Amino acid sequence: MHGIDFDIAHMLAGLLVLMSFLMLYQVRLLPLLNVLAAHAFVLSLSVSWQAYIQHAPHLFITAGIALVFKAIIVPMVLRRMVVRMGIHREIETVVSIGLTMLAGLGLVALSLEVMLPLTAGAEPVVREDIALALSVVLIGLLMMVTRRNAVSQVVGFMSLENGINLAATGARGMPLVVEISVAFSVLIAFIVIGIFLFRIRERFDTVDVGVMDEFRGGRQ
Amino acid sequence: MSEAASPWLLLAQLCQMTIVMALAPLLTGLVRKVKARLQRRVGPPLVQPYLDLRRLMLKEVVLAENASWLFRIMPYLILSITWVAAALVPTFATGLMFSWSGDLIVIAGLLGAARFAQALAGLDVGTSFGGIGSSREVMFASLAEPAIIMIILCVALIAGSTQLSTIADHMANGEVGLRVSLALALVGLIIVALAENARIPVDNPATHLELTMVHEAMVLEYSGRHLAMIDLAAFLKLLLYVSLIGCIFFPFGIAQSGSGPEFYLLGLLIYLMKLGVCGVLLGVLEMSIAKMRVFRVPNFLGGAFMLGLLGVLLLYVSRGM
Repeated sequence: MHGIDFDIAHMLAGLLVLMSFLMLYQVRLLPLLNVLAAHAFVLSLSVSWQAYIQHAPHLFITAGIALVFKAIIVPMVLRRMVVRMGIHREIETVVSIGLTMLAGLGLVALSLEVMLPLTAGAEPVVREDIALALSVVLIGLLMMVTRRNAVSQVVGFMSLENGINLAATGARGMPLVVEISVAFSVLIAFIVIGIFLFRIRERFDTVDVGVMDEFRGGRQ
Repeated sequence: MSEAASPWLLLAQLCQMTIVMALAPLLTGLVRKVKARLQRRVGPPLVQPYLDLRRLMLKEVVLAENASWLFRIMPYLILSITWVAAALVPTFATGLMFSWSGDLIVIAGLLGAARFAQALAGLDVGTSFGGIGSSREVMFASLAEPAIIMIILCVALIAGSTQLSTIADHMANGEVGLRVSLALALVGLIIVALAENARIPVDNPATHLELTMVHEAMVLEYSGRHLAMIDLAAFLKLLLYVSLIGCIFFPFGIAQSGSGPEFYLLGLLIYLMKLGVCGVLLGVLEMSIAKMRVFRVPNFLGGAFMLGLLGVLLLYVSRGM
């Protein structure tokens, strides 16, 4: 596995990291959802390329799930939710974007530093897929930590899950059942979070997590 | 380089110097024309920048009362530095007479010197507009330089050299393959080029509205032949960045040293095509996005820096094999 096969796999994985950074850069909610869709789209491209070079047809199903659910349905539903809650013009300003992006770069460096020695015996494509997947996961976590709006936190969570998917497709021999169940558990988590968002909104008139701190009882 | 070939190389170098100077206003004219057509205006003719330059050259210079000698010599300095920088970037051929000095870091340094001169000239007369323009320009520059250093590092790691001729030859050979780092560096360089040339998401080249101008504010006090020279330097800078992007990322068709005159001619034709494509794309880009607030610009340029750094990091992944 050398030459152009490797280059394309590398490029798609790198693009996924880039999309994660775009997500960190974006402070408006609706463009953020577009980036989420693009993120999932790149993931499905990457997974299909892996399916092609590994001759693993079941990975095409994973790619299809990523494309249909994560690139089309989830962003669409989130968009409708955002519009219905009337927060589609909100701009978040919590931590400065520059600092967040620097932190994200640090996380990428960290995951390369950790993963490359750890997987020294593995195939090159798998190695770097896993290293980049870990950085996507970490950036998703960073997104969940730095954002105050619950919707952006959901977006961070979805991108994190995309990172897990990328790692899973890089490693050979993951059974299809596991992948499907992961996809569905994420979908269920998404539905639960969606219902929660509306409940939070009903109760506190906002989805800003920072404001909700005030309602916590017994804090001294 | 053999002895017999060196007059040819000198001739080609002179050709390149003339060509960049001659084509620079045309490129700007093309961008303006594209924008005008997209706005459903007829727009000025393609040669309008040449006519403007001639008109400005013929007009008398009006100097502010308290303008010092700095203010008067700066236009000459800016134009000559920018011209040298633009002539060092390979346009239609590599391995010209002075290509050994056409180093990415030298180009960045020359542009930095020109920017310094311009910021100083903007401050010289002491008007508030000049001050605003200079301070903003310097702020953007301080953010754009780290980004360009990162991009240079990324390209140099791939090509094994910072010399533009060598880089272009290396990229043209096609052994580089498909590198995500190069794509990141390209996007980063485009962002830096937009900021450095005062194009639309960062600055609006076509307005004199005080809230938005950066470059125009700095040169507001200039008139006559001084203004003509500064305008020409700005045109040259745009051409320089287009050639830079062309020779690093799309070096196909570039004539290599020692090839016959027909290759040089072909290289020239392809270079003209590249210029045309870039001009049209720039016009379309400028029409399709809005100018951003000045305080958003640091994030935008920070994005370029981040792209460069990410490119370098990813390079280590693929090199660590």
